[in-house]
Amino acid sequence: MEILMSIAAGILFMAATYLMLSRSLLRIIIGTGLLSHGAHLLLLTMGGLKRGAVPLLGEKAPVYTDALPQALILTAIVISFGVTSFLLVLAYRAYQELGTDDMDKLRGNENHE
Amino acid sequence: MNNLVILPLIIPLITGIILMFLKDHVRFQRIVSVLSFIINIGLSFMLVQNVYEHGIQTHELGNWPAPFGIVLVADLLASMLVLTANIVSFCCVLFAFRSIGSGRENFSFYAFVQFLITGVIGAFLTGDIFNLFVFFEVMLMSSYVLIVLGGTKIQLRESIKYILVNVISSALFVIAVGYLYSVTGTLNMADLSVKIKEVGQPGILTVIAILFLVVFGLKGAIFPLYFWLPSSYQAPPSAVTALFGALLTKVGVYSIFRTFTLLFYHDQPFTHTLIGYMALLTIVIGCIGAIAYSDIKQILIYNIVIAVGVILYGVTIATPEGLTGSIYYLLHDMVIKGTLFLLAGAVIVVTGTSDMKQMGGLIKRHPLLGWMFFVATIALAGIPPLSGFIGKLLLLRSGLETENYTFVAILLISSLAVLYSVMKIFMNCFWREPKLSAEQEKGSTKGLLYPSALLLVLSIFMGVGAEWIYPYVADAAKTLADPSIYIHSVLKE
Repeated sequence: MEILMSIAAGILFMAATYLMLSRSLLRIIIGTGLLSHGAHLLLLTMGGLKRGAVPLLGEKAPVYTDALPQALILTAIVISFGVTSFLLVLAYRAYQELGTDDMDKLRGNENHE
Repeated sequence: MNNLVILPLIIPLITGIILMFLKDHVRFQRIVSVLSFIINIGLSFMLVQNVYEHGIQTHELGNWPAPFGIVLVADLLASMLVLTANIVSFCCVLFAFRSIGSGRENFSFYAFVQFLITGVIGAFLTGDIFNLFVFFEVMLMSSYVLIVLGGTKIQLRESIKYILVNVISSALFVIAVGYLYSVTGTLNMADLSVKIKEVGQPGILTVIAILFLVVFGLKGAIFPLYFWLPSSYQAPPSAVTALFGALLTKVGVYSIFRTFTLLFYHDQPFTHTLIGYMALLTIVIGCIGAIAYSDIKQILIYNIVIAVGVILYGVTIATPEGLTGSIYYLLHDMVIKGTLFLLAGAVIVVTGTSDMKQMGGLIKRHPLLGWMFFVATIALAGIPPLSGFIGKLLLLRSGLETENYTFVAILLISSLAVLYSVMKIFMNCFWREPKLSAEQEKGSTKGLLYPSALLLVLSIFMGVGAEWIYPYVADAAKTLADPSIYIHSVLKE
């Protein structure tokens, strides 16, 4: 099961990398979404996918799944949610002000405004 | 168990929350920020003294014993960095009072500065690798807002790139933590160190170590991963650039120090040699950039890159003396980069441009600014009575002892390049014929000079008063060189 999940995470990373290397800003943001999906899936996989009850003590099961990676993923999810929403609003604002979403046209390191 | 450890972290957090409610009262915002910084500087000073006298202080959050709960650890390196970060950001905020403008002040500028400080201090103090990730995000999220606040075109353009790079490096951080958890089954740094020592760092842990190097290298701008820094840091106003230049990259460097002296120190021929080469190339690239540009901000930004390389080489030397030199240089560099960016900010306020070809003769009307800039430049280059000297001297000496002759040569040449690049600013801006008459100047330096004067005095003190500071730094290096001190005080074995 871990091998399957690793392959799935790998495919997500591949798609994310491809999208983030493209020119359109929106595709890049979709790429970051896929990247964080891949990272979270990997975190879950790396914690081990052994069979066991959900980590609720009321279940009274002999074994439980590892609760720590789930807490880590929950933290990482809300953080990436915050960053993604900021990035989306920033992209919207940049589109309004700069009039383009083509990363090639957002180049330049002079101070011309 | 010591509550003093958590206070420098809590105070800026609470201040930030209070400032969110004072949105329309700029006067109150300023008073509250200044008060909070003064309290925090006092507390961090007490923390440094406390750690120096009684050894490493820890604080177990929620009373959970060390490997199971999150633990905050203040060793001398972390607490001295907390103190320096507080002082530098205090001066940047004082500078911002006069320079940032009401358009930004009304949109919670000071609150975001407080949250940035929370993230930085948390990253210095934490003893848990995932908690380090969270504090990184606190710091980065506030830096995203600070870099784009104001919404000029150049800020929008550059902040998109800055955020994208950091989103990717954050995802890599999560991946690295996932791998490390699957191999060792723990996230507490002291416990990780024990577990890694037990298995003797096989190949997979070296791979994870390099992954961490990539992550922290992206934050700290080391050689192949520095590409985002020059364009991002020129976008925001000077007060913000000073804050970023003094604090953000240093957090990445500190994390490399922590991980490669505490966790991954068993395969030094591979990992530490790699860091060494990256550090050397970082210095070279920084020198090329610093010499090439004729824009004040760009020159100073490439000087950040040089300093990161110099500091990082101490990890490769890894003797107590080499680490002492690195830490001394790290503290000096935070102070002096703050000073230089604030002084450059004052120059930009006066002339209205950052291109040094369009200015000249400022010393006639602004002698104090001119001579302060001069002292700051020679301190940066490492002229003996000033603060840059001791760190470089220690690094040179331990470089010679461990026969790293390439490093010694590159360090000496880079000092020359640094001196040339900043002296070029001094000679072009302050000497020559004046280009602007009194009426043509875009602003006055009223109130802009005392924050940098404060930092400059501190920098001179760090040079002249090295006798007082040296024992602290040497002690900090001793703790870094011997991980068992850290482990014992955290795990209480």
